[in-house]
Amino acid sequence: MGRYLIPLGLFVVLVGFLAVGLNLNPRELPSPLIDKPAPAFKVPQLHALDKTIARDDLKGKVWLLNVWASWCVSCRQEHPVLVELAKSNAVPIYGLNYKDQREAGLAWLNQHGNPYVISAFDQDGRVGIDFGVYGVPETFLIDKNGIIRYKHTGPVTPDAVQNLILPKVKELNAAS
Amino acid sequence: MPRPDTFSRLLRQFAQALLFAFMLAGLPAHAGEAAPAADDPVLEKRVTELSELLRCLVCQNQTIADSHADLAIDLKKQIREKLEAGESDKQIVDYMVARYGDFVLYKPPVKATTMILWIGPFVLLAGGLSLLFFKLRKRMRQAQAGETLTDDEQRQAAALLQDGPGGKGAAR
Repeated sequence: MGRYLIPLGLFVVLVGFLAVGLNLNPRELPSPLIDKPAPAFKVPQLHALDKTIARDDLKGKVWLLNVWASWCVSCRQEHPVLVELAKSNAVPIYGLNYKDQREAGLAWLNQHGNPYVISAFDQDGRVGIDFGVYGVPETFLIDKNGIIRYKHTGPVTPDAVQNLILPKVKELNAAS
Repeated sequence: MPRPDTFSRLLRQFAQALLFAFMLAGLPAHAGEAAPAADDPVLEKRVTELSELLRCLVCQNQTIADSHADLAIDLKKQIREKLEAGESDKQIVDYMVARYGDFVLYKPPVKATTMILWIGPFVLLAGGLSLLFFKLRKRMRQAQAGETLTDDEQRQAAALLQDGPGGKGAAR
């Protein structure tokens, strides 16, 4: 009896490892930027190219940076969630329009609604690289001192908003 | 005999066609490909060497040298610019790690969190070999110890050999 239990046990362990491996999301990588200052940037605004937006303009408030593009399919999936979140006024959302055509980006916002206070226009993707963006959409939560506190890779889900982002926003707003 | 003449004409036509094909193939390569690649072969070689150390995070099992993803192309551009600006290989690799984490390195660094990755296989190998060694030694001891039977066992064995499991007569 015992001699059969050992292979059976090994098999169960193997199945356990495989099950965990299958359920891990290989696209979700820990960002080295968590708890580090957000990279400095200063780029034109999507809606008004003559005006700029910079990281330091946003010091003193807790804000979300959502990296999006009109060519990005999963952005469409998360977009209603962001529009909803913007309506609730829980946290200001700033967009980073990543490697996009300006007209396409503007048209996209007209069509699907604009949840962003301001969208930064990162045409050549430099700001994206500084933020370690490798798959749009990505969302960063940045605190009052300009420190990145949380990163969400992939489309933001209502579940992530309720259980991860909003509690962290509350916590960061309470901190000095 | 028209044969050699036809042959040489054919050969000439073939050579011309070949030349024409090369010219055609050459044209778009010069028109469409990125220009900076041809500028400085030494620099380009360093760009390639560095890109081979870095993982493309979009297509995770490729280096950015192999990948044609947009991000990989941008990062190669970034590497080229930094090399032109005189940065060292280490500075550039550190720049990438600061943004994308250790995962961007195709060869993971040796440190506390990656120890299991580096020495795990050797630990498993050593474990397997020692298990095999002890099993084999045990089996050899058993074989040696089992060479002589006690008188009782001898009698038992003899009885079994005579009778056989199927009873009398079955042995024939």
